[in-house]
Amino acid sequence: MAGAPLILLEEVTKVYAMGDVEVRALRGVSLTIETGDFVAVMGASGSGKSTLMNLLGCLDRPTSGHLLLDGRDVSKLGRDAQAQVRNRTLGFVFQSFNLLARTSAVENVELPLLYAGVPTRERHWRAVEALERVGLGSRLDHHPSQLSGGQQQRVAIARALVSRPRLILADEPTGNLDSRTSIEVMALFQELGRAGMTIVLVTHESEIAAYASRVLVMRDGRVQSDQRRDPLRAVVPPEEEAHP
Amino acid sequence: MNAFATIRIAVRAVIRNKLRSFLTTLGIIIGVGAVIAMVAIGEGAKAQVEKAFASMGSNLLIIMPGASVSGGAMGGFGSQPTLTWDDLKAIQTEVPSVRLAAAQLRTNGQVISDSSNWTTSITGTTPEYFDIRNWEMSRGAIFTETDVEGGTKVVILGQTVVDKLYGPSADPIGQSVRIKNIPFQVIGVMARKGQSPIGTDYDDAVFMPQTTYRAKIQGSGLRNFIPGMIFVGASSPEATARAQIQIAQLLRDRHRVQAGVDDDFSIRNLTEMASAQQEGTKTMTTLLASIAAVSLLVGGIGIMNIMLVSVTERTREIGLRMAVGATTRNILAQFLVEALTLSIMGGLCGVGIGLLVANRLAAKFGWPMLVRPDIILISVGFSALVGIVFGLYPARKASLLDPIEALRYE
Repeated sequence: MAGAPLILLEEVTKVYAMGDVEVRALRGVSLTIETGDFVAVMGASGSGKSTLMNLLGCLDRPTSGHLLLDGRDVSKLGRDAQAQVRNRTLGFVFQSFNLLARTSAVENVELPLLYAGVPTRERHWRAVEALERVGLGSRLDHHPSQLSGGQQQRVAIARALVSRPRLILADEPTGNLDSRTSIEVMALFQELGRAGMTIVLVTHESEIAAYASRVLVMRDGRVQSDQRRDPLRAVVPPEEEAHP
Repeated sequence: MNAFATIRIAVRAVIRNKLRSFLTTLGIIIGVGAVIAMVAIGEGAKAQVEKAFASMGSNLLIIMPGASVSGGAMGGFGSQPTLTWDDLKAIQTEVPSVRLAAAQLRTNGQVISDSSNWTTSITGTTPEYFDIRNWEMSRGAIFTETDVEGGTKVVILGQTVVDKLYGPSADPIGQSVRIKNIPFQVIGVMARKGQSPIGTDYDDAVFMPQTTYRAKIQGSGLRNFIPGMIFVGASSPEATARAQIQIAQLLRDRHRVQAGVDDDFSIRNLTEMASAQQEGTKTMTTLLASIAAVSLLVGGIGIMNIMLVSVTERTREIGLRMAVGATTRNILAQFLVEALTLSIMGGLCGVGIGLLVANRLAAKFGWPMLVRPDIILISVGFSALVGIVFGLYPARKASLLDPIEALRYE
């Protein structure tokens, strides 16, 4: 697949009908994202960045234009075909973690594999592996309520990783975390990026966007600017290393 | 996603809210419990009635002589002897569906032993009588045809009479009792038979050959007529009704009853009486079945209600499951199986409670506890059906949620 971009958007528009009023959330976005890119999408609320994320996440369909994911046109897929793409190709990380309460970390991470039809035993070791990768190998059986915010988000990242996706979509992943934990999470993303994972992250904080290698600024449903630059290296402040 | 994982998720969700799940399924528990308990009680009562009628005799017909009319006042059945010994012989020989027939002559009288006395019913009959009535001996032997022909002074005692005269564990065989000052030798004791459907104690009786009865107890009487009833045992349950018709025709012919004139005898068919008794049970069962149906309906609505609440509560979870790849069918199955789990658990609890109640009541009334496995299966199956029917709408609602909105739901 050399040369073919992981994500290709061609003149994508999205129009919502809110009662009688038409809201034009995206007004023609063309964009390519290559494998291994770490993209931060920024913009004010109403700029269209959430709409863009929903389209990339196959949770929604564009009104016009084309959206190619891994070479496949996903702009006109049905509900269940979309679900399959989300299951096989994508990993989601949310602002509010969205872990299942009263369910252990391992079982939370196993969830995508459950819907992929992976056998029980393989499901388990892959979930354990993913949790070890995010540094939670010792907290496999902890429930979300027994974990700190940062740990919960790392469980969520493990859940996004476990199905070995092509792309991770993170929607304000540090929005509910303090600054130190935010840096921890960003360090984890950078590590994944170095391992070749493509990451698209929505944030409204420029400090967070600074850790990405490419920053896309949305405004009024269009891409206002698209810059590549050297990312800031996420280093966790050492004095608070004794984290519980 | 495999079925086992779906079931596991559902069972967990149900167990997570124990009290809520219990209250939700209460309708089903009560419905199924009522069905199980009532069917068991109904079956027990039915068995009791059947047993009581069977104890009177199998395929039994009782022929009573006709009513006397004196000065316009109608006597009851049996007030005038119309049945003859020849009639009995004709019934025995000429009606093919009759297996056995025997006369029963009865009066009350005092029986005196060496140390005690007791007033009881005294029956004169023939050996076939005990066969017709399915009555076994516990000691000794039945008197024989020879005893009947010779009019020997022998008696067979019912167990109650033995209890009163000699005590429960005594063996009275060979002892002598006096009736009307005439000594009789005890040759047998009947096995305990219990009560008739109307509460008469079968065991409170003594039996002797009909010839002896007529000579020593009854005193003078009409030589040709039977001063009592005829007990008939038909050859099979199916033959009972046929025998009844054939006997009626035979007796009308023999008594030269003109067409259009009432019978001068009456035939009671105990099989019919037994089924009439069971009709009452059937009405009761229908009533209880409708109560159960209403209860299951209410239970189903309860399940639907709580499933709708559950879908709303877990909107974000549904959104997340969709985001990580759950299809419409996965979500539909999850909630449907959850509703099914609720209703089946309710059904099983209902079976348990129903059996417990049936057991207690059976013990209280001294009925046999009869559990019908088919009813248990049907009840649980029906509660499962209720779960599917009432779980479908909430499950469908969940499966059709928009993942974006579901994820954003607060």
